[in-house]
Amino acid sequence: MVDSVGKVVLPGENLTDLLGSDSTFESSAWSRNTTGDRFSDRVKTWFLKFKEPNIYWVDSFQKRYIPQRGDSVIGIITTKAGDVFRVDVGASELATLPYLAFESATKRNRPDVKVGDIVYCKFLVANKDMEPELVCIDGSGKSAGLGVIGRDGGMLLQVPINLVQKVLSPECVLFKTLGKNLKYEVAVGMNGRIWIKCHTVMETIAVANAISVSQHMTNQDIQKMCSQMADSLVGF
Amino acid sequence: MWPMGLLVYYTNQFTYNCLIPNTPKVNHVKIENISRSFKTLNRHVAFMESEISKLRQLSSTLGDLSRPDGDATVSQGDTCVTSAVYGPGEVKVTKELLDKATIDVVYKPKSGLPGCAEKLLERTIRNSCETVILGNLHPRSSISITVQEIQNRGSLLSCCINSTCMALLDSGVSMRYLMAAVSCAINDNGGIIMDPNTLQEQSSVAVLTFVFENCNYGVITVSAKGCYTLDQFQQCLSKCRDASKYVFQFFKDSISKKLSKQ
Repeated sequence: MVDSVGKVVLPGENLTDLLGSDSTFESSAWSRNTTGDRFSDRVKTWFLKFKEPNIYWVDSFQKRYIPQRGDSVIGIITTKAGDVFRVDVGASELATLPYLAFESATKRNRPDVKVGDIVYCKFLVANKDMEPELVCIDGSGKSAGLGVIGRDGGMLLQVPINLVQKVLSPECVLFKTLGKNLKYEVAVGMNGRIWIKCHTVMETIAVANAISVSQHMTNQDIQKMCSQMADSLVGF
Repeated sequence: MWPMGLLVYYTNQFTYNCLIPNTPKVNHVKIENISRSFKTLNRHVAFMESEISKLRQLSSTLGDLSRPDGDATVSQGDTCVTSAVYGPGEVKVTKELLDKATIDVVYKPKSGLPGCAEKLLERTIRNSCETVILGNLHPRSSISITVQEIQNRGSLLSCCINSTCMALLDSGVSMRYLMAAVSCAINDNGGIIMDPNTLQEQSSVAVLTFVFENCNYGVITVSAKGCYTLDQFQQCLSKCRDASKYVFQFFKDSISKKLSKQ
């Protein structure tokens, strides 16, 4: 059972063999059970991962984002339509963001958001049957970092989804190491979009490159790369 | 005395697009061709040793292109095909389906404008993909697949379907199972040639392509062109089923290699 963790599993493979016949399956978003044999179709490919005490899941790599409720994403306002903004989040359809879903917004006090702005927002409604809905406030009405970003500059970068998950995980040292040498501001959206801002354009480009390149690197390599980058920015 | 159970196929390009059991349904009998096939049957028994039962060298690269969500280039011998998958993405309202994803396949030949043969190829690939992709997870979306022929040296349909399956794997689109396509040709001695090249296809009596899935190795699609008997069909089916296991193993090895870099 433990051997199969970290192995590649493909759609159509029978997981009962790998995980032992005494385990029962819970249906997750990415697996499908057929009754009778406790035979589970693996619908996405890739690594089988394990977390104590009894959760197995399949980790996959993809570039296309599929909306999930509660995810924080970076969207671009494309149009205004009645009482809502239409936001492009890189999913299969445009999401809606109501005017009133900003901090201290009322019907008289409209938020200062224009077409083409970048917003950092959270999914309120996200399932396959309904149009996705976003908000820029949390449960208590505070913005908590959400809202319009990037008015005064910065760069928006598009990366694969698994890189975003790697960079946000507590074990990854990328942001901490970059912070030792550079001052930067970053907003990471779960839809693969990262907004970066530094003092100069050159530093912004350097940070963007560092993030893209760290996709295939281990923590040690990341630290080496960051120190090389810091040296080259200074002029060595 | 002609045995009751033996029936003869005479068919032009003929495609099944559903899960079929081992014994295919017989559509019709053309009496005037029985004498020819009877001769073929006799020679088939005598020339069993002329069978060639190996697939050509398979190789693939994944994720070369930057814009598609998933892409794969697969070559079987000298036949090479690149597929790219975009999706799930936006769909035009006229093409939108309420309960599942719209699957769109475009096949581009190496030279010239696409014609009717290309449309048939697109339709076959699209129907195979509809069986395999879990469209219900992405209603009102579209999954677009572009298949570009790089070089055609025989067994084009099976190379297209294999490269489409690898591209779907690379993009992370949810699938019920994988699909592997294997082609074979029946020459006029009655021998079966696996994965024929262009010369073998042109000199053959029939060319059959089978697409299998990797749960129970059932048939997803059959595409058959030419004149063959029921016995020959069954033999081709079982040979191709055995060969498909090699193709599935190849898929797994390719993905494992790609992921070992992650």
